[in-house]
Amino acid sequence: MPHIQVNKDLPGIRSLMAFSPRTAEPMGALAEALLRSSDGMTPGERELIATYVSYLNDCFYCHHSHGELACYYLGGDRELVDQVRKDYTSAPISAKLKALLNIAGKVQKGGKQVTPADVENARSQGATDKDIHDAVLIAAAFCMFNRYVDGLASEAPTDLSSYGPRARQVAEKGYGSHIYANQQP
Amino acid sequence: MAHIEVAEGIPGIRSLVLFRPETGEHLYKLVQALLRGPSSLTEAERELIAAYVSHRNGCSFCMNSHAAAARCLYGNKTALVDEVLEDLQRAPVNAVLRSLLRIAGKVQVSGREVSQEDIDDARHAGATDGEIHEAVLIAATFSLFNRYVDGLASLTPEDPAEYAVMGKRMAENGYVLPAKKS
Repeated sequence: MPHIQVNKDLPGIRSLMAFSPRTAEPMGALAEALLRSSDGMTPGERELIATYVSYLNDCFYCHHSHGELACYYLGGDRELVDQVRKDYTSAPISAKLKALLNIAGKVQKGGKQVTPADVENARSQGATDKDIHDAVLIAAAFCMFNRYVDGLASEAPTDLSSYGPRARQVAEKGYGSHIYANQQP
Repeated sequence: MAHIEVAEGIPGIRSLVLFRPETGEHLYKLVQALLRGPSSLTEAERELIAAYVSHRNGCSFCMNSHAAAARCLYGNKTALVDEVLEDLQRAPVNAVLRSLLRIAGKVQVSGREVSQEDIDDARHAGATDGEIHEAVLIAATFSLFNRYVDGLASLTPEDPAEYAVMGKRMAENGYVLPAKKS
């Protein structure tokens, strides 16, 4: 049961955003700018980083929600998403994305864990300053989203088939107030 | 030196939001809404939660700047800020704020650390749903900011006088996206 009184018909972060639209607005806009940009990394790669960090933080709602989004963008390759969660080093993804996932994993533990060698390695695999920036900020942002969702014990549906339709809604219409204000898919 | 090429001489979060204003804009709006928007907690109390979480995350830029803002906002009770950062158990804060700081400390570790007992304690002290929500979200948000600032190794000044200036600006003007210098 959630720690505060929220709309019971809304799952996870959607219930918290509806509780506090004033803070939901910039959070939704941040997710939109950070996860749906194609500047450097693709939306699929961005969602993979979000999924991986949420998995490390053991946030059931977020790692399933963003895993479904990554899966959608990657043409339904659920096996790849699962490989990234469990051992991205052996997943068939680019060396650049592996280097960025390494940085994201360090950020999940603490910002100071990121070393100049981690950054050099990403650069040598072709990562730009913007890629490195975005990987750090996606990881940091999910250390926020995960804590928000679990810190208030928001409802995480255990029926995994409910995550696909919500992911499709975000992939098609983006992040924003419609995800909690409109009827749930 | 920062891990990416940001404008020289600009400290902490400011250098990062200038590097990527597309995301910086929303980060500033979020922190403005959280720390300055309408709330039953005072601005000083909210800044203190931010400083406390940043202290626990070992992020000296965020800790020093938000502690400075809290000192400005507390006016004649500036010592309280340092007492809380030093030892929450012994600091003379009211029961509601103490229970919210405890919840924030749990969230700093992980969202899953917050127990029903923590929530019951806060409610027993008189905290509302809105205040519990704010404490959790401030702690979560500073778990973002601290990682962002340190994860990119942004410039962290060592001179306390610089933070006093920052704190005064934050207390008086709130959070306004800095403009790019041409």
